[in-house]
Amino acid sequence: MSEHRIRFTLNGAPVDITVPAERLLVDLLREDLGKTGTKDGCSVGVCGLCTVQVDGLPMSACLLLATQLDGAAIRTIEGLASPLQEAFIDEGGFQCGICTSGQLVAADALLRTKPKATDAEISDWQMGNLCRCTGYYGIARAIVKARDAR
Amino acid sequence: MRPFDYVEPETLDEALALLAEDPDDTLAMAGGTALVILMKQDLIRPGRVLGLRRLAQLRAIGATDEGLVLGAMATHGGLARSQAVRAHAAALASTFAAVATVRIREQATLGGNLAHADPAQDPPVTLLALDGVAVARSRFGERRIPLDALFVDVFETSLEPGELLLRVELPPLPAGARTTYQKFLPATRDDYATVSVAAVIARDASGVCTHARIALGGAATVPLRAREAERSLTGRRLDDAAIHEAAVLAAAATEPIDDLRGSADYKRAMAGVWTERALREVA
Repeated sequence: MSEHRIRFTLNGAPVDITVPAERLLVDLLREDLGKTGTKDGCSVGVCGLCTVQVDGLPMSACLLLATQLDGAAIRTIEGLASPLQEAFIDEGGFQCGICTSGQLVAADALLRTKPKATDAEISDWQMGNLCRCTGYYGIARAIVKARDAR
Repeated sequence: MRPFDYVEPETLDEALALLAEDPDDTLAMAGGTALVILMKQDLIRPGRVLGLRRLAQLRAIGATDEGLVLGAMATHGGLARSQAVRAHAAALASTFAAVATVRIREQATLGGNLAHADPAQDPPVTLLALDGVAVARSRFGERRIPLDALFVDVFETSLEPGELLLRVELPPLPAGARTTYQKFLPATRDDYATVSVAAVIARDASGVCTHARIALGGAATVPLRAREAERSLTGRRLDDAAIHEAAVLAAAATEPIDDLRGSADYKRAMAGVWTERALREVA
């Protein structure tokens, strides 16, 4: 019922918008701001499709109220410019593509915080990003390739 | 999601005053991972949500003379990375690292986890074994609640309307104490445990057990201390017979429910198996 003015940065650009208290970040991004690269999958924080970076950390946009983002720096797939993207293409890191934004945003957060992440750390970190085509080997190869290219 | 009012106090006093205005219709929100799902599914319908994210003093994690203090707004990720947590008990840090996925760990908080009171959660089990005490405050003052008195039933705690969890305090461990947390995950690694076991053991120079704590998750409607099993170990050498006997007593203390992670009988049997494994790890 209450409305809230929130200010944050989205992929480096300032956003100043008023939202109802119950607005979810995933809906704010997709419906109010036109950033449809962030997908809405399970809606309960399990599948990883809606992964975004909040101050550099991966989170589920379906579990965050937009009001929680006041003052934060948000990065979505639209703001990604990483060797990971080329590596996903080279290694066939996707099939149908629905999980790809979340996989990339999560992997980018890992390589930013832990550039030398081990293969086991990569697998643990990406565990919550589900690929229903089961293209995990290609995804894992792509992330390892991007890590090793640094 | 049903519409609601949202307030975001800047200070603890302001938060407690806002909570006191209508304690039955106001829900405090820490990270929001549990609350947002419950609101989406229309399982709870608060008129007002009290966002706690600006209460920075509740995020502190630190060692004191009286032990370790964990702020209620500390995230699982922050706790898993904390040197102070690792120094107190490495198994406590790995317990926080074992929760769900990295996304949940970075958003979800200690206080939210405890107040949500899901009996299959990981942190309450290890915190119980470490003799954790929750500290809650309302406008009328502060209250210390040993964790085994905090959990009442599934999703139900002994927190009163108008009370906020501030922190968890862990007393110093006996010298040489060893701690472990074992999580039985037959399906996927990001799942809730079918059962889980935390154990803390200290022995004297002759190998006799001087301190034993065993706590179980997923084994009842609340996280559980296996007190008879603990008593059976104290004063004894931790040989195979002592460990097996304690595991049998721990299994007998469980009151599991049938659900998709296993039947009650299966969970009870697994509680014994995993208690034995946990004790072998630290004995």
